[in-house]
Amino acid sequence: MDYEQFGSPVMARILPKKDVVIIGLGWTGSVMANELTDEGLDVIAIERGPWRDAPTDFPPSQMQDELRYRIRHELFLRPDQLTFTLRNKLDQQALPMRDWGAFMPPNGVGGGGVHWNAEMWRFLPSDFVLKTHLTQRYGADFLPADMTIQDWGITYDELEPYYDRFEYLCGTSGTAGNLRGQIMEGGNPFEGPRSRDYPTKAQAQPFSHTLFAKAARELGYKPFPQPSGNLSTAYTNPLGLRMGPCTYCGFCEWFGCSNYSKASPQTTILPVLVRKDNFTARDNSEVVKINTDRSGKHATGVTFVDSSGEAWEQPADLVILSAFSMFNAQLMLHSGIGQPYDPKTGEGRIGRNFTHQTISSVNGFFDKTKFNFNPFIGSGSIGMCIDEFNGDNFDHGPLGFVGGGYVGQVQTGARPIESALTPPGTPKWGAAWKTAIKDNYLSTVKPGTGVHGSFYAYRDIYLDLDPLYKDRFGRPLMRMTIDIKDNEAKQNRYLTDKFADIIKAMGATSLAKTYRTAPYDATTYQTTHLNGGVIMGADPKTSAVNRYLQSWDVSNLFVLGASAFPQNAGYNPTLTVGALAYWAADAIRNQYLKKPGPLVDA
Amino acid sequence: MRKRSKIDLFAGAAALFAVFIVGGGGASAGEVDAQDFTAVAKGRYLSILSDCASCHTVPQKSQPFAGGRPIETPFGKIVAPNITPDMETGIGSWTDDQFDNAVRKGIGRNGERLYPAMPFNAYTKMSRKDVLAIRAYLNTVTAVYNPVVANTLPFPFSIRTSMRVWDGLYFKQGEYVADPHKSAEWNRGAFLVDGPAHCGACHTPKTFLGGDRTAQYLQGSPLQGWSAPNITNDARTGLGGWSVEEVADYLKTGHNRVTAATGPMAEAVDLSTSKMTDDDVRAIATYLKSLPGDGKPQTAIAASVPEMAAGGAIYRDQCSACHGLDGKGVDRLFPSVANSSMARADDPTTVIRIVLRGARSVATDKEPTAPGMPSYGWQLKDDQVANVLTYIRNSWGNAAPAVSPDEVARLRASVTKRSD
Amino acid sequence: MEARSGPLFSRRSLLLSTAALLISTSSRSTARTIAGALPWEPNGGNPPVAAKLGPWEFFSVDEGRAMEALADRIIPPDAQTPGGKDAGSAVFVDRQLAGGYGAQEGHYVRPPFIKGMKNQGAQSEGGPRKEYRDGLAALDKACKAREGGKSFADLTDDRKDAVLKNIEDGKLELEGVDGKSFFALAIKDVQTGFLADPIYGGNRDMAAWKMIGYPGARYNYLDWVGRHNEPYPLPPVSMIGRAEWTTNNSGAR
Repeated sequence: MDYEQFGSPVMARILPKKDVVIIGLGWTGSVMANELTDEGLDVIAIERGPWRDAPTDFPPSQMQDELRYRIRHELFLRPDQLTFTLRNKLDQQALPMRDWGAFMPPNGVGGGGVHWNAEMWRFLPSDFVLKTHLTQRYGADFLPADMTIQDWGITYDELEPYYDRFEYLCGTSGTAGNLRGQIMEGGNPFEGPRSRDYPTKAQAQPFSHTLFAKAARELGYKPFPQPSGNLSTAYTNPLGLRMGPCTYCGFCEWFGCSNYSKASPQTTILPVLVRKDNFTARDNSEVVKINTDRSGKHATGVTFVDSSGEAWEQPADLVILSAFSMFNAQLMLHSGIGQPYDPKTGEGRIGRNFTHQTISSVNGFFDKTKFNFNPFIGSGSIGMCIDEFNGDNFDHGPLGFVGGGYVGQVQTGARPIESALTPPGTPKWGAAWKTAIKDNYLSTVKPGTGVHGSFYAYRDIYLDLDPLYKDRFGRPLMRMTIDIKDNEAKQNRYLTDKFADIIKAMGATSLAKTYRTAPYDATTYQTTHLNGGVIMGADPKTSAVNRYLQSWDVSNLFVLGASAFPQNAGYNPTLTVGALAYWAADAIRNQYLKKPGPLVDA
Repeated sequence: MRKRSKIDLFAGAAALFAVFIVGGGGASAGEVDAQDFTAVAKGRYLSILSDCASCHTVPQKSQPFAGGRPIETPFGKIVAPNITPDMETGIGSWTDDQFDNAVRKGIGRNGERLYPAMPFNAYTKMSRKDVLAIRAYLNTVTAVYNPVVANTLPFPFSIRTSMRVWDGLYFKQGEYVADPHKSAEWNRGAFLVDGPAHCGACHTPKTFLGGDRTAQYLQGSPLQGWSAPNITNDARTGLGGWSVEEVADYLKTGHNRVTAATGPMAEAVDLSTSKMTDDDVRAIATYLKSLPGDGKPQTAIAASVPEMAAGGAIYRDQCSACHGLDGKGVDRLFPSVANSSMARADDPTTVIRIVLRGARSVATDKEPTAPGMPSYGWQLKDDQVANVLTYIRNSWGNAAPAVSPDEVARLRASVTKRSD
Repeated sequence: MEARSGPLFSRRSLLLSTAALLISTSSRSTARTIAGALPWEPNGGNPPVAAKLGPWEFFSVDEGRAMEALADRIIPPDAQTPGGKDAGSAVFVDRQLAGGYGAQEGHYVRPPFIKGMKNQGAQSEGGPRKEYRDGLAALDKACKAREGGKSFADLTDDRKDAVLKNIEDGKLELEGVDGKSFFALAIKDVQTGFLADPIYGGNRDMAAWKMIGYPGARYNYLDWVGRHNEPYPLPPVSMIGRAEWTTNNSGAR
């Protein structure tokens, strides 16, 4: 290759100005684009990956392909396009994630909303005021010295109407547990009050999930169906879009939905959005920088690179950063917006309070002559769960840790490459292995993320730029410093043991229990619930965006996504992510556009 | 460089005619005052009814009515002319008589005969006043300089005098005459169907010369690699299973409980029928449902036949996740193949094509979802496509002739080069 | 007409990176502007690429022999179900190594390659192709040295199992190769091929799926979600169908 030809620097060509540029067309980008086009603004969304649509990209003739979409994870970002480096401690060298393991970042229009499970959980009221709440109940000394949890700057009550909005956008299937203060039979008795019932009823539950609920009930717990964005019936959402009933195919997480029955930007927003004259999308175009003026306090637009290597500049009055939590943080760092966080001093806005999710599970092996679970029947959000051990729903005083999570039989299916398991002690190969998978496949309970615990924030778990490794543009990769702390390990052990009791009570012959322990393992999957880095808060010294997700540094920049979470609760994040997007959109429509500038005094 | 030819209808003759021109506003001489808002508004609506945009606008190019779009005919492609008021390359310099002759009589500006790709044999039903209102509207659209060479059919169809014979055989000139025994709504529907909406252009089968087979009026016809369905009230293959409301819904929104518009009909819904008034789509529905079907009986093929068993297995494994085990689909999302006259049509071209290549249904403001059917051409062999369609066509009370693997193979080969 | 902003990256890095990107993504990778309507084209999408029958695409003759023998010990044949070899696992591994999996397609393969902690993930420059080439060669070499000059495939089944067990336990080290790690990789790939869709070369005739009771590439269990503790009656189907999709007098494509 003749390098001299390409030695000259690249100039970006400038495009006509738009009112709004949206970086990343996933869930939050789609919500915001729809809201701001309704406001009459001229909006362009720039998405790094390809446009995606069910009939062409996830048809039911080829979606049932575990090798292609799960094992080779074809719908996801290629590490070659962008990846991270990872280490556990400050004194270690971070190494690149050359292939994904612990998490799997999305790519393409629809983002993670295409291939998520559609588990739709609200956080608890206490989760939003975590620092205050735990300090009041247990005293400041009860919390580990290096724990840096914070209050969010908004309350559950303020967010409730937006939770409702996103639930109805998606047609969520569930059973209410707390309806305007009244505890309802069959729902989650611990949830915060909801203003109205779910838009569709809960999904049907297969055999093992039903059996789990029975066992849980007999142990005194209050099991309830997991709230699901895989719909139980046909539904027409508030935008007029039609969705179908989920057919329990068992190809949910990692896969796009073939029959319009999983809530995604494709099924709930995009067909309406693209018809608007004031909306344009560009796919296969990666935003590489948010540009600011000389003062550094005002964004002028973005620079992006398209698939032919051309660089373009898209000027805009308002910039929405909605590129998925981790890419939000990375782009802030690469654009030089906000002081990078330094774990040694505890100062800086960007990169602090990075969190994941504390996950483990218990597999149960049952007598095949008595139990046939047909485990291949499932949906992404099927499941019977209990919430007795989430958040601060139980007394942590005697236990020596804080946090918790739901546990449940949330098995989404049984694709054989990953689900042909053998009981503990079985050889890994040979005739014994072959016989064991034959004897156990139909009678194994494999919950997956059966223990789904919180991951609180710590001083030395954070994001910054790597000193050694570079991406394909020559920019530093973002470095993750992350480990499992004693608090989370204790929390997980406690929850896992409780969970195991219920699996045993179902009638399992043997159990395979795994705990989540240090060191944080980059090679085993622990959900893609990566959060923080650009957190929201009331105090500009310890947060990057204010309560409206507006950047403290650049007032015409809003940063949407789980990057805003000051710590992670014991629930899947997307419903809260979607609610916050609607909340921020409201603030922009009703306050910011009338008077552009900081919405909160710094 | 503009090509001037004797047969070119629109290029460069403007200078030879002393016509009073008002900047993009078109001719002021004429019976309809170009500045008359009522006429322009009426003309705009008539142009929607007549779906001028469909042929005279290149899709996705934002130059309405500027022509240049190739129209497929059984005899070759003919390019639709520029009907913006541009003086040189559009119709800005035409007289009202010339415009009316073209639209209602099939006679071009220089006296030559137009091909019936321009459906003058339907537009003849409109009145002169109607047509001049359309002209008044067209005079208000942006004039676009776009020279179009209209005559592109291969020899011998390039000789327009042969149209004299065609006109003699097939062209019945004359405005619509109301039937006094029928309701006003029915008459309105008949006028629309046979006049501006020219439904028969696609839905009435043609002779080998391209004229209507009037004995099979609106009973369905193949075109452009699709089969336009029977839209009489036949219970098995027509609209017999739909109520008037369901027909009207389909036209207005592109969707109803049973099916959705796709292919060339999607365009007709998008540009024309979805923009008609509720009364007009109801009138069309009322009229169409008044046309009796041929009622030919058809016996369903037994489920035990091997092709049916094979088709049933494929349906169960592949199709039922959307179209349902009962064939009923999901309202306004997945068509109800159990109740679909399209599925039962004697000519299975459309259903074969949809299975092979997939299809996108139309999006309208009322029904924006636009669900798509995936393409199965890569997965199913010819006999498998044939068998699953035979199964669908003969299950849940349906009855229709079997589909053969040869039919599938022929269609697969013939649509390979199509881009639509 | 167009204004220019300041320099951003070197053109070389942009073109190189984008070219590599276009090869590695499987779906459409040309930038488009989408406005007005949902995009559509006929025959859209990326159907799976079937493994072709025929000679080895990656393995040499010797490597293929060794791989087949390995597959048949990892999944031995029995009276009811074929072993790894007849089920096509070696073919599967061969085709995967010849394709994107073998080439580490999409992986971040930039240097430097520094050995880190196990939980930081593989930092291997060579990838699976190198591991198999080196591993199979080392396996045969080790057998020839210890088993009377015989290559792995020529040993009796009992000897093969003993060799493998020794490798697994760390008692037998393979020259130049981490034997434990190679064997674990082979187990993973052979078992993956056994349980994947037959379109990829393994799990011939859906033998594995029939054995365990997995109904395959289905999408509709609406009528079965409420039926608890009853055996599911339908046979498995793959992405290219099942026997019942064809009549005896089928028309060919």
